[in-house]
Amino acid sequence: MIKKLAGCVRQYKLYALLTPVLVILETVAEIIIPLVMAELIDKGIYAGDMQVVVVAGIKLLGLTCLALAFGVAAGFTASYGSAGFAANLRHDMFHNVQSFSFFNIDKFSTASIVTRLTTDVSYVQMAFQMITRITVRAPFMLLFAFISSYNISAELSTVFLYTIPLLAVGLFIIVKLAFPRFQRVFKTYDKLNAVVEEDLRGIRVVKSFVQEKHEISKFGKISDSIYTDFTKAEKTVAFNAPLMQIAIYVSMVLISWLGAQAIVASGNNEALGLSTGELMSLFTYTMQILMSLMMISMIFVMLTMSKASANRIVEILDEKTDITDGEKGITEVKDGSVEFRNVSFKYFASAEKNALDNINIRINSGETIGILGGTGSSKSTFVQMIPRLYDTTEGEVYVGGENVRDYDLAALRNNVAMVLQKNVLFSGTIKENLRWGDENATDEQIKHACELACADEFIQGFPDKYDTFIEQGGANVSGGQKQRLCIARALLKKPKVLILDDSTSAVDTKTDAMIRKAFREEIPDTTKIIIAQRVSSVQDADRIIVLNNGAIEAVGTHDELLQKSAIYREVYESQMKGAEEE
Amino acid sequence: MSENNKNKASAMPPKGGRPPMKFDAGVLKRLMKYMKPYRLQVILVAISIVVSSVAGVASSLFIKTLIDDHIIPLVGVTDPDFSGLLSAIIGMCVVFALGIVSTLFYNRMMASISQGVLKTIRDDMFSHMQKLPVKYFDTNTHGDVMSFYTNDTDALRQMISQALPQFLSSLITIVSVFVSMLTMSVWLTLIVVAFLFVIFKVTGTVAKKSGKYFMRQQTSIADLNGYIEEMINGQRVIKVFCHEDKAKAEFGEKNEVLRNDIAKANSYANILMPVNNCMGYFLYVIIAIIGGIMAINGVMNVAVFAVNILTLGTIASFLQLTRSFIGPIGQVSQQLNSVVMAMAGAQRIFSLLDENPEPDDGYVTLVNAKYDHNDKLVEADERTGTWAWKHPHGDGTVTYTELRGNVVLDDVDFGYTDDKLVLHNIDIHAEPGQKIAFVGATGAGKTTITNLINRFYDIADGKIRYDGININKIKKDDLRRSLGVVLQDVNLFTGTVMDNLRYGKPDATDEECIAAAKLVNADGFIRMLSDGYNTVLTHGGSGLSQGQRQLLSIARAAVADPPVMILDEATSSIDTRTEAIVQAGMDALMMGRTVFVIAHRLSTVKNSDVIMVLDHGRIIERGSHEKLIAEKGQYYRLYTGAFELE
Repeated sequence: MIKKLAGCVRQYKLYALLTPVLVILETVAEIIIPLVMAELIDKGIYAGDMQVVVVAGIKLLGLTCLALAFGVAAGFTASYGSAGFAANLRHDMFHNVQSFSFFNIDKFSTASIVTRLTTDVSYVQMAFQMITRITVRAPFMLLFAFISSYNISAELSTVFLYTIPLLAVGLFIIVKLAFPRFQRVFKTYDKLNAVVEEDLRGIRVVKSFVQEKHEISKFGKISDSIYTDFTKAEKTVAFNAPLMQIAIYVSMVLISWLGAQAIVASGNNEALGLSTGELMSLFTYTMQILMSLMMISMIFVMLTMSKASANRIVEILDEKTDITDGEKGITEVKDGSVEFRNVSFKYFASAEKNALDNINIRINSGETIGILGGTGSSKSTFVQMIPRLYDTTEGEVYVGGENVRDYDLAALRNNVAMVLQKNVLFSGTIKENLRWGDENATDEQIKHACELACADEFIQGFPDKYDTFIEQGGANVSGGQKQRLCIARALLKKPKVLILDDSTSAVDTKTDAMIRKAFREEIPDTTKIIIAQRVSSVQDADRIIVLNNGAIEAVGTHDELLQKSAIYREVYESQMKGAEEE
Repeated sequence: MSENNKNKASAMPPKGGRPPMKFDAGVLKRLMKYMKPYRLQVILVAISIVVSSVAGVASSLFIKTLIDDHIIPLVGVTDPDFSGLLSAIIGMCVVFALGIVSTLFYNRMMASISQGVLKTIRDDMFSHMQKLPVKYFDTNTHGDVMSFYTNDTDALRQMISQALPQFLSSLITIVSVFVSMLTMSVWLTLIVVAFLFVIFKVTGTVAKKSGKYFMRQQTSIADLNGYIEEMINGQRVIKVFCHEDKAKAEFGEKNEVLRNDIAKANSYANILMPVNNCMGYFLYVIIAIIGGIMAINGVMNVAVFAVNILTLGTIASFLQLTRSFIGPIGQVSQQLNSVVMAMAGAQRIFSLLDENPEPDDGYVTLVNAKYDHNDKLVEADERTGTWAWKHPHGDGTVTYTELRGNVVLDDVDFGYTDDKLVLHNIDIHAEPGQKIAFVGATGAGKTTITNLINRFYDIADGKIRYDGININKIKKDDLRRSLGVVLQDVNLFTGTVMDNLRYGKPDATDEECIAAAKLVNADGFIRMLSDGYNTVLTHGGSGLSQGQRQLLSIARAAVADPPVMILDEATSSIDTRTEAIVQAGMDALMMGRTVFVIAHRLSTVKNSDVIMVLDHGRIIERGSHEKLIAEKGQYYRLYTGAFELE
């Protein structure tokens, strides 16, 4: 995991490496500062030597400036390094997601991909900055401060041999105890959020059924357990500060007692033993040593917490797309013929039932095929095999006479245009959205495609016509308008095969018929495969495939199927009972 | 949210936006009110913080005593007597022990207080939210409201449990150090004060810069997150159109902007600490030099309690004190950001608590009733299956009206805002047991009418009567209990299938629930779930198809068994073949009830008693299917497919 993540530092390696170096330099300066302070006090102030005071003061200022310069530089490199690292992580994840097949997308939910790209990355970014700055600083500070204090007085430094382990063990126990408690709190928080979210979404249901009190009590229970768990966790952490104080005070008392005797013994002479200035330095080092230890324990907590985020990020980075360009890399699709040979498919290897079961069918170039079947009959799965959105589990699919696995993916998908059932428009103008189909399309070509899809008419009705801004998800156009824009977008690809997956369900029957008529007359050579709920949408197709439970139940023209397919007849009659439908 | 709701929400004026980030004493005062129940604890905490901070300061002062009184006098003495030192140290040990104990005490006590306060705020927020009108939920995005419970509460927690005690402790440290400084040397203290202004100036500049970039960072984060969300949601379309490279390029640009902003914002935040440290050292050197000069030249020192010569020990400890003085100032400046954020969060939370709850002046209530031996309707204590409106009058008398399901809208006008009406002159007479259908384009006002009947919104003009009673007089809870609603977007709750079925009638037996599920043909698929009726649904029933969810939602309404039902696109996701199968159950469900049906599929509404065709908030045609077909108007055009519905 670490290796994978470290690989994302790339061009920011210099920053990432420079930061610890700068931090170490800053730390060195900060370590020397107490030594100079001791000199200033001992040889300057206590000796009444103003010259020493000034010289030491200048030295001190110089060191301070150095510490500041290194500190500021480290602050910049750390933040540039971590921000760059985070940007790379997002970049790599996003690029990998772009390579995902439908199967990969199914595996991660949209929301979880978004969270990984946003929240998780920011946690890891924070941890990274901490690693480069403080993780180096704290142990280094600990070490140097200890060495310096040892240099001043080996005897007095033995005090730390007692207080450091005391603090270390104490902190370790606290972290060990608190961590699982915090984890429980976070889990309960997720539950709380779920309750609030469900309540917000379902507020009309809550109010209609007059269940406000029920919701409040549900919320109250979870709120209670957060209170209990969180209080427990925080009370554990509450031992941190007093523990720290114990370590500091114990060190102080011991050093005072031993130090006083040492100073008196040496006659306050540095050369002979300890001096008062050195004693002051020892106090400073005590603080530095114990503070560093505290920092280390905090880093430990931070790192453990960001580990989960790091894992989630690596999951995305490690996810390999299961559909890649064919080895032969055929870039030309000869014609719009499609053939399924013994095709079976299941979404998961472990699934008991095939989603598609031994499908055999040949569709000629230019033919119009209707597909009908109830919810769950695998209509969408069937057509998704053609542009290789999924790979077959068994059998082969051929387009233009070649196995789809032999094509260059982009070439295949550019020639097999598909209008998805759950379709999406993106924020941007109508023109921008349509150019997804062909980025070099001229205004005339766009208009022509919209005329075929019966979209031109309503677009002309907008004040800004083709420059009308579409809001995210196409929220400001109606369902029927959205579907027609999506069809126009697909038409602009000038595909050899055009697949409409229930793409005119919100369009009225008359417009629906006009679109089909346009298809027939304007793009006769394109193979058209149309999935529909309405019999009227497919009844004039050359052939209609009736799917049932992932298998072809019957194939034929409208009249043939009325004779031989019970399902087709039933659907037809149920819709005719509602007259000629909407 | 259904297409309907979406349009409605966008038709309303944009909400006022989040309150501006500024410090408001009123907010703090209100926050303090939440601490009131913990008055005693808060006082104890404050005392403990004082003790703990004073112990901290005492440790710095001790160094002076140590050096001046117990070390220097003994230097050179042949037979030094350390007993004075020993008793001083023992004295310090006691002070330290007190400090440690109070630190432990206030930290633990603070955990209880802050969590208690947060729990109260959380619970208040949620119960208040339940009382808010539907309009509030239509005009505020879920994300915004969710963040009250997550980000804003968390910011508050940080402030109450960490920043506040730290502020107090820092303040006490600063004050006591300041006093100690004054007792040592007024001159030197003046220098410290003068320097303090420099520190504030510099820290302020850095903090301001950092704040500016943090704001910019928030904007770019929102921008990139929005882009990621849109692209990931449209990932399948991207695949189908081979649009990957363009998406990558666009993403790259936004990613770069964000990288730059984060880097800048963090840089300034990162340098705050070194800058503070550096200024601390500066002060140290200045004091050392000036103090040294004063001591060596024997300048008369002025202290609060004495006028004397500046001793070397005094300077040494004064220097130590300046370190203790700068430390807390640095801490406070680092905490400042979190306080500002918490205050902004508290302000948002209070703005939710200040939202006006749904008004309810109704006094007519729904009660169980039965006919006594005189055939007179009287109130019953037990569930009788007969319901009555209990109507108290001004003169003290009470009348009972049997609940029958007669709903009349009389010349009703309505607008989401005062200046724009969306419904005009709506007249509807629904007799008990009738099926009334609404047909019309998106935004014609179909759902709006049903929202008026259960008083999610209040009408602007006209009257709505339920069994002859003006619905304004009916208590909202009772009115809604008498109306069942099935919406297009099904909201199921985390819990078992059985829990969900019984949502509208918590005391329903298992048998009642199963019977209702059978009635609407949901029993079959429920039994196929892993645990049947005890299968736990999560994430709003994400494992179920939309059609199955709709069936559950219909069954849920059937369990509640209301005399009037509103079916808003309730079967839209059930395919026509299944709908035909469900139809029998639906018919059974509707029997004897007044039903309002909204459907896009005309086959669903064809057999209604009255069909209302709505256009731009007006009823343009009304009548039975046959009558409307014969009229060859809008309905006829819709029906023959010559007109687009959505």
